[in-house]
Amino acid sequence: MNRSYQIALRYAAALAVLAAAGFLLPQWAVFLLNLALSKGLVVLGLLVLWRTGLISFGQALYFCIGGYVVGMAGLYLDLHDAFVLLAFGTALSLAVAVLVGFLVARYRQIFFAMLSLAFSMILYGVLVKTEALGSTDGFNVGRPTFLGYAPEGEALAIVSYLFTLAASAAGAFTVWLYLRSTLGHLTTAIRDNEVRVEYLGVSVRGAIHAKVVLAGALAGAGGVLSALAVGHVDPEMAYWTTSGEFVFVTILAGTGNVVAPFLGSALFELLRTYAFQYTPYTWQMVLGGTLLLLILFLPDGIWSLLSRRKAAPSTRREA
Amino acid sequence: MMTRINERLMPARNATRRRLAKPFGLPFGLTIGLALAAAAVAGFGLSADHAQAQQTSEIKLGIVSFLAGPAAGPFGIPARDGSQLVIDGINGGTIPSPYDSKGILGAKIVPVFIDEAGGSAKQVAEFRNLVQRQNVDVVIGYISSGDCLAIAPVAEELKALTIFGDCGTPRIFEQGSYKYVFRTRSHAAMDNISAALYLKEMMPNIGRYGGINQNYAWGQDSWRDFSAAMSVLHPSAEVTTKQFPKIFAGQYSSEISALLLSRSDVVHSSLWGADLESFIFQATARGLNRRTQLVFTSAEPNMFRLGDKMPDGVLIGARGPYGVYAHDTPLNRWFRAEYIRRHDTPPVYASYVLGQAFLALKISVEKAAAANEGNWPTTEQIIAAMEYLEFEAFGSRVNLALGKGHQAITETAVGRYKYDEAAGGATIVDIKYYPAECVNPPEGAETVEWIRGGMKGARCD
Amino acid sequence: MLTAIAIGVDGLVYASWLFLVAVGLTLIFGVMKILNVAHGSLYAFGAYGAATMVGIYTQAGLAPLGAFAMLLVAALIVGVVLGVVMERGLLRFMYQRDEVIIVLVTYAAFLVLEDLIKLIWGVDPYYASEPYGLLGISEISDLVFSNYDLSLIVMAVVVGGLLWVAVNRTRWGKLLQAVIHDREMSEAFGINVSRVYTVTFVVGAVLGALGGALTAPMISVTPGIGVEVIVLAFAVVVIGGMGSVPGAAIGSLIVGISRAAAVHLLPEVELFVIYAVMSGVLVLRPQGLFGQTFAKRI
Repeated sequence: MNRSYQIALRYAAALAVLAAAGFLLPQWAVFLLNLALSKGLVVLGLLVLWRTGLISFGQALYFCIGGYVVGMAGLYLDLHDAFVLLAFGTALSLAVAVLVGFLVARYRQIFFAMLSLAFSMILYGVLVKTEALGSTDGFNVGRPTFLGYAPEGEALAIVSYLFTLAASAAGAFTVWLYLRSTLGHLTTAIRDNEVRVEYLGVSVRGAIHAKVVLAGALAGAGGVLSALAVGHVDPEMAYWTTSGEFVFVTILAGTGNVVAPFLGSALFELLRTYAFQYTPYTWQMVLGGTLLLLILFLPDGIWSLLSRRKAAPSTRREA
Repeated sequence: MMTRINERLMPARNATRRRLAKPFGLPFGLTIGLALAAAAVAGFGLSADHAQAQQTSEIKLGIVSFLAGPAAGPFGIPARDGSQLVIDGINGGTIPSPYDSKGILGAKIVPVFIDEAGGSAKQVAEFRNLVQRQNVDVVIGYISSGDCLAIAPVAEELKALTIFGDCGTPRIFEQGSYKYVFRTRSHAAMDNISAALYLKEMMPNIGRYGGINQNYAWGQDSWRDFSAAMSVLHPSAEVTTKQFPKIFAGQYSSEISALLLSRSDVVHSSLWGADLESFIFQATARGLNRRTQLVFTSAEPNMFRLGDKMPDGVLIGARGPYGVYAHDTPLNRWFRAEYIRRHDTPPVYASYVLGQAFLALKISVEKAAAANEGNWPTTEQIIAAMEYLEFEAFGSRVNLALGKGHQAITETAVGRYKYDEAAGGATIVDIKYYPAECVNPPEGAETVEWIRGGMKGARCD
Repeated sequence: MLTAIAIGVDGLVYASWLFLVAVGLTLIFGVMKILNVAHGSLYAFGAYGAATMVGIYTQAGLAPLGAFAMLLVAALIVGVVLGVVMERGLLRFMYQRDEVIIVLVTYAAFLVLEDLIKLIWGVDPYYASEPYGLLGISEISDLVFSNYDLSLIVMAVVVGGLLWVAVNRTRWGKLLQAVIHDREMSEAFGINVSRVYTVTFVVGAVLGALGGALTAPMISVTPGIGVEVIVLAFAVVVIGGMGSVPGAAIGSLIVGISRAAAVHLLPEVELFVIYAVMSGVLVLRPQGLFGQTFAKRI
């Protein structure tokens, strides 16, 4: 009891520091963190899948749905409240994930990955064909309001960041709860041996379906937050390279802890922006090289660097 | 301003490490993350101080164009080269009059080049980094319309003066109104209007026409504008087939069969770069050019590379009075000669359009300073001087007439390609110029509506 | 009538091209269970290599028909060099890792190779269109076809046939099948699995480069062509069944004909055709048309 209290305190402190960072860091860094946390939510969903040995090359589907919900709700329904948009976008991507889940939950390994990819690419194709929504150019998203509060300029950047931070924390907490539930404990068991899990009287397909839905909802929320931060949506959000980037970050981060996706995402954004600045002609090579080194030398992601100092089994349980 | 942030930050960084990390046993990862962020900020603080100290003698410009990917070769790199040339010319005071004074109001331009690759979300992040981390004074560039649309509101929010170089969509200033954003080239509608006008004189009796354009916003918009202009100028002509291959498809064998079977008098295409070249190889081998008048609205950057592989007689656009269509003025002679000396190839339209953004900046700063007793003007004063600016650029006159003085219009030209060994290879014959007011909508008009409505108020004489 | 002929011929040409581009990918997956994202880079390197060699050859003023040989030579050199470097230098150390991790390794290799192309060849497009015009044209009334396009059909048949013979009628093919079926058992029987892997990967790489080299004369070779090809090749391979060479052939045909029909009859849907076919097949037959289902371990 005492121990979990201590852990809770630690995370609360971390959250407070991150919230304070919104006021202390320069604006570009706040924006970068905002974007990193939004994308971190998508990666958090991938973590749920990856713990079962599943990887999706199509999370961009939900990410894009979330983004376009923000754009289209503003355009056609005149909805600009961040809370409403977040609920709306998450709900819609959750609904789509329920449908897609019926199809993909049967598959494993690369087939799972490719089928997910196919769905995201179909959405991409539809959006490219929709000239009313600007085709590949996309369109701008209006400034969000927060329960009637309509900040501007620097205040907007900070409030938007705090909103994303709160949503990310909620997402991380949800996944943490999920992983501690019976269904959650099955994640690694399914990866290790599906048939035995079935013998336990659990529907593996149902369990995987639940993961697809959870991951989809998280990716949708990430898309909403990212669209609010960037202020623009375009079909690129659904393109396979976007999905590839999320998978990249998942591996970079490791699956040791629900905080890992956010840390990995922030490091990735930093890495990329500095690669852009210092090696504008070879930034892809820098990213690719980093990924290779990570896979070779840090097979369990960045998080393994941190958890190695503690007793390994107990930290695993913490997540 | 940067030093202020810096002062605020340094104690925060120490605090994270000493006070928080220990008593609360903060997760090691977060400490690392924050330390990294703080280190990044510290690094940036140093360079910011540097910029601060020399503010009056230097002006730092962020320049964004494609340095990677398929758009780099035809547009991105020529745009970068054109920029570098003009920057050197301004810094050295070697550009002919009226730009022959050194620097911008004496300040030396320090360029920061950034790759435009990666989509609009990344570009928004990089734009913020340019303005807030690298502390650039002005951002110039952007080739992709999607990027321009996404950047404009951010530039407005950050109050960062931004001059778009090459992107084509009319939506920027027709759907929005910006104070800090300018575009010193015409939007893309005139490329297609001028092509339809040229066809009217050349082939008054077009019966059937088709098109092949890439399946993304640029290709869709180009076809929409062209077919709208055709329905006004050639009301009896009918559309045969409109092909929309995927962008960067490279493989057009089925599309070419469809175009061959369509028996079109004219085939319109806004393909660019390698896609255009691939299409030309495949279409000319199968004789499409001998049956149909081909109209390439953005082929000027490719003609010197292709030489005799570009078929004679096709209509070529340069998206404005640039490259082969630039008028023979002292400014243009300097630009061409210098570009050929450096790169051994004539400048193409992408080199011109980014270059003229620098000229607009130089004039505006100096004009604003003159009204400000010679002192360095504020951003607002520069903007006031730039609005409705008319200036002489390397290709022709540029007039910031639309979008409340933020969106340029220029004349444009269309001509027919001729490969002429004696005249040095790629040449253009039968060139016709169209005045800016003839091929651009008037202020306040929505481009597509204006074309469909019969292009009222166009002054073409 | 002409439209029907056009759909048939265009479909076959496009299918052949797809098959040539995708067959190396499916071979590598079939044997090694590696989804090679860097296949797109092999394609791009093949195209650049071919453009360069044809350029040099043409400048030397040798017999024009020899340019075709240059395409094959370029594919061979690129495929062998990159294939050996990638398999021996990189993938070798990854075999015990999860499949998806290996996909990411090839993704990383893809990122590195993309910039390497830029460092070697710059960003200006290259072209080597000489061989394209050399074979002349065939006319059917209003329709004109390039014989080079038609020769792709022959190439696809030859490559597919050779591969079929190699896998089903040679000793190497027998070893290969043993390894595909049960890697550990083959090792126990003394098969040098490591060598089979190397050979397979190199053959797959040469095929990838060949796809690029044969495409080079038709297009302007430019940075980024690899990205476009990866998704296409993946789709074909998924439709046909991952790892099945006949599957890749059938998948290419289905996609090729549907796409040609779309271009001629309903150009608006061209962009969707391939993904629509892919999702349709996957929903009805998840393992692809020729795919095998895997037994679950207890």
